[in-house]
Amino acid sequence: MQAPGSNGRSAAAPRGADVVVIGAGAVGAACAYFLASKGFAVHVLERGGVAAGSSSAGEGNVLVSDKVAGYELDLALYSRATWSEELAEYADRWEFEAKGGLVVAASAAAGRALLELAAGQRQRGVDARDVDPVAIGDFEPHIRAGLAAAVHYPQDAQVQPMLLTANLLKLARERGALVSTGANVVGFDLRPEAGGRRVVGVRTSQGTVSCGHVVNAGGPWAGAIAAMAGVELPIMPRRGFVLVTEPLPPTINHKVYAGEYVASTQSENLGLEVSAVVEGTQSGTVLIGSSREHVGFEAAMSLPALRAIANAAVALFPRLAGARVLRSYAGFRPYSPDHLPVIGSDARVAGLWHAGGHEGAGIGLSVGTGKLISQALAGEVTDIDLEPFSPARFAAAASASA
Amino acid sequence: MSGQHSSAAEQTVFDVAVVGAGPAGLGAAAAAARAGVRVVLIDAGHQLGGQYWRHPDESTTDPTRLAGYRDWGEFLALRERILRHCQTGAAVHLASTHVWFVEPPAAGGGRQSWTLHLMPGGPPSRETPPRTVCAERLILCPGAYDRQLPIPGWDLPGVMAAGGVQALLKGHHTLSGRRAVVAGTGPFLLPVAQQLARHGVDVLAVCEANGLARWMRHMPVVARTPAKVSEAATYARSLARARIPYRTATVLTRVDPDASGTQVGAVELARVGPGGLVEKARQRLEVDLVALGWGFTPSLELINAVGAQTRIDADQSLVAVVDDDQQSTVPGVFIAGEATGVGGAMLALAGGELAGIVAAEAGHLERARVRALRREIGRLRAFAAAMHDAHPVPARWPQWLTAETLVCRCEEVAYATLGNAITELGANDARTLKLLTRCAMGWCQGHVCGYASASLAAGGQGRALTADDLRPLAKQFPCAPVPLAHLAGE
Amino acid sequence: MTGTGERPTDEHALAAAAARVLKFTLDGRELTARPGQSVGAALTDAGVRSWRHTRRGGRPRGLFCGIGICYDCLITADGVPNLRACLLPVVDGMRLTTSAPAKTPPAYDALAR
Ligand SMILES: Cc1cc2nc3c(=O)[nH]c(=O)nc-3n(C[C@H](O)[C@H](O)[C@H](O)COP(=O)(O)OP(=O)(O)OC[C@H]3O[C@@H](n4cnc5c(N)ncnc54)[C@H](O)[C@@H]3O)c2cc1C
Ligand code: FES
Repeated sequence: MQAPGSNGRSAAAPRGADVVVIGAGAVGAACAYFLASKGFAVHVLERGGVAAGSSSAGEGNVLVSDKVAGYELDLALYSRATWSEELAEYADRWEFEAKGGLVVAASAAAGRALLELAAGQRQRGVDARDVDPVAIGDFEPHIRAGLAAAVHYPQDAQVQPMLLTANLLKLARERGALVSTGANVVGFDLRPEAGGRRVVGVRTSQGTVSCGHVVNAGGPWAGAIAAMAGVELPIMPRRGFVLVTEPLPPTINHKVYAGEYVASTQSENLGLEVSAVVEGTQSGTVLIGSSREHVGFEAAMSLPALRAIANAAVALFPRLAGARVLRSYAGFRPYSPDHLPVIGSDARVAGLWHAGGHEGAGIGLSVGTGKLISQALAGEVTDIDLEPFSPARFAAAASASA
Repeated sequence: MSGQHSSAAEQTVFDVAVVGAGPAGLGAAAAAARAGVRVVLIDAGHQLGGQYWRHPDESTTDPTRLAGYRDWGEFLALRERILRHCQTGAAVHLASTHVWFVEPPAAGGGRQSWTLHLMPGGPPSRETPPRTVCAERLILCPGAYDRQLPIPGWDLPGVMAAGGVQALLKGHHTLSGRRAVVAGTGPFLLPVAQQLARHGVDVLAVCEANGLARWMRHMPVVARTPAKVSEAATYARSLARARIPYRTATVLTRVDPDASGTQVGAVELARVGPGGLVEKARQRLEVDLVALGWGFTPSLELINAVGAQTRIDADQSLVAVVDDDQQSTVPGVFIAGEATGVGGAMLALAGGELAGIVAAEAGHLERARVRALRREIGRLRAFAAAMHDAHPVPARWPQWLTAETLVCRCEEVAYATLGNAITELGANDARTLKLLTRCAMGWCQGHVCGYASASLAAGGQGRALTADDLRPLAKQFPCAPVPLAHLAGE
Repeated sequence: MTGTGERPTDEHALAAAAARVLKFTLDGRELTARPGQSVGAALTDAGVRSWRHTRRGGRPRGLFCGIGICYDCLITADGVPNLRACLLPVVDGMRLTTSAPAKTPPAYDALAR
């Protein structure tokens, strides 16, 4: 690796970079920002516009509540701290709001599961406060009556993902990074070396960029990008719809969702999964999710999914029954089969790194991911052990099951 | 749900569903019903006519006695035919009904018809429409609305779309003001000024942004459409009679409030000089009504909902691609009227009738009529192309904006905010611009600000406006705002 | 709902229908409308040009597109918020208010049915 910042900033040498980041989504932007902050000459290559992919098609929640005690939760807590400490001064630029989350359960059984989950999360460092069922109305006056249990998560927060991505890129540019939109990556220049191959350049629709390292932040397309380097990465798109209502006076105070949502994020089910996820935004609209389906990159609106989302939302907030839906959009979460993101270097191709597969949490986890990538790429000891997130685990799993 | 009529409609699979009851939709429904197929005609309005033939409520005014409405004989005849078809049961008219979703036929067998998901659009007292209707073929005739460009002060009450001013006159005999200026571009400004004057409004000026010299290039085409020539002559005469100055190469550069600060008080006019730059000299007119229109924008939500291909037309509107039979790129879906290219009521009517005949599979029985309609459509399209060429949106329209001018009225997004997103945040396409600023994300979903914001996104990169700039701003789902409970299927 | 539904056809019935005067209120102020008029038209006839203020800038808004496209003319009628005045017919006894009760979510239940 070239010493950070040693050979001048990339702006002076547009066709060469220390690190090329593929993808200008939230994760790519965070990688670019932290890498540029460390002095690397960074060049971001994006085939569409800023946040053209999943990062403009989600909801922007920064959640710790929906993660079961484990490595992903550790990453979420690490990311959460990055938001409110290192990046605190920029909070307004991306409308960071620590509004808190409220997770509720309707049945007694779901209630027990929720309280158990919260207990495990607390041990891992989460601020999770059990709410007396009779007091749920104090948190959300318009929520349905008769809920069995609820847990309040003050750490849950929200950002505006487009503003996040665009501003991280702006900050990266201010630190010397180059950002090329409309640059479709079509292949890699690989050089044979002892024990395998090394990536030395990235070919795009706008020409070739030579580089020392490549960070694959291609979101749901990360698998296709890996394939260009001849390696397999099992990241798949998992479709989700969001409904947006008319602007309302403040109706919903927290990020509110049914406990079943956690099960749905963790499920292996390939069919349609739906759970109510409801929140107000600063513009007055209410965002309503969420569905999960494996249907490739099919973006056409599906009535069964939209109906199911609407049903779940009205069941949770009966008051929303007459609120009109103004628009809806589809997005593709970068799904990784074991529900853990892929963060780290790829042992099969020297210089190739992956930062992706965060599924429904890539906005919230973006900054932690970017920071860890920058540390690893600089050869430092990372703040969190990246071993559980290593791309190598899939090969290991495959050979174990073979 | 109430009414046997509704549930009967729900259980029928119609041969043809026509959406929109303006000239195109009426022409389509009448032609298809005449050919003997079962037709359902759906429209958001509570009576037939669409925008062009908007008229006072038929519960108080007999439409056959109205005078001064254009092409009224055509309308009355079509209305009569459709009412007759409804009486015999050959056709069903669902009024005050919005289509909020279009479901395609099931892929690979199963249900072969389209399903239109409906919602009542009228007051709760009226009969509710069925939740869905099914049809083998669709004819989409969604019409268009005034295209707008921002002007400083254009969000003051008393500034209205020219079409809105006209709708109040035609539908309610209501005057939106007493002293008016009509501004923008295109022939549509003329009838609006004429009708205002006829109702006693003092029209101080019609400001046409373009000169008329560009029409000279199109004289052969104009000569082939004598009806349009005599129409223009009629307007010219009535403007002259009412002493309304028709100012060419003139634009409004600002709208100022009155003393109360809550409504229009005056406008500022400037001449457009060489290179499209407005001249320094300004004139002030004290008015209480400003009617604005820069051509029309077709309604595309239904077209996008079925996934039909779109293109950019000569007037920089996104329109549906159709063939010689008004057939879209989606099998079984026909499109007629402004959605296939802005061109006026008679073009819409001809396109609708052709679509009705072909969709009813009666083309082989009516060969001569089909040929005549195609000829008529060709002639009127050529005229429309000339009109678009003669009345372009001024390329340099952003020159009269100030930093504070709202480009997006719904979300109150100022010009400077868009500029900042383009220069500072890397928004170099319309979609990114929208998502970063909320421009076009408000109640109207970009119907009003979409053209302007797409133009600014393209202009920010020094590009001409393309279909790809407009597409991200064209609405998809739902086609009309739908209450959550209705969507849920309650 | 249907264009074929019963409607008065003879002149007397039409004249009688047209002669009716509909009464409605705007923030308690009594106004009248002609049968078949939209709320937007009736308010315009009464000289009222704006009946809403924008969420951010508090700017006054009334009719703009006049045909249901722009949503500038939103109004609360009989407690149901965000209805388009340009499309909404006046009914006798209708109560219009210029701003939805702030801070509480609207009484949507009426609409949802
Ligand atoms: C409905 C929905 C709701 C969601 N809600 C939330 C939430 O509340 N909170 C949360 O944290 N997450 C949420 N997510 C998930 C989140 O959106 C993703 O995890 C996150 O956006 C992933 O970011 P990314 O940068 O990895 O991918 P992306 O944003 O998809 O970025 C990848 C980029 O790579 C580009 N690219 C791909 N191939 C190439 C190529 N060959 N050449 C050049 N460029 C290329 C793409 O154009 C794209 O811009 C949600 C997702 C969905 C669908
Ligand atoms: S004017 Fe921009 S969304 Fe309505």
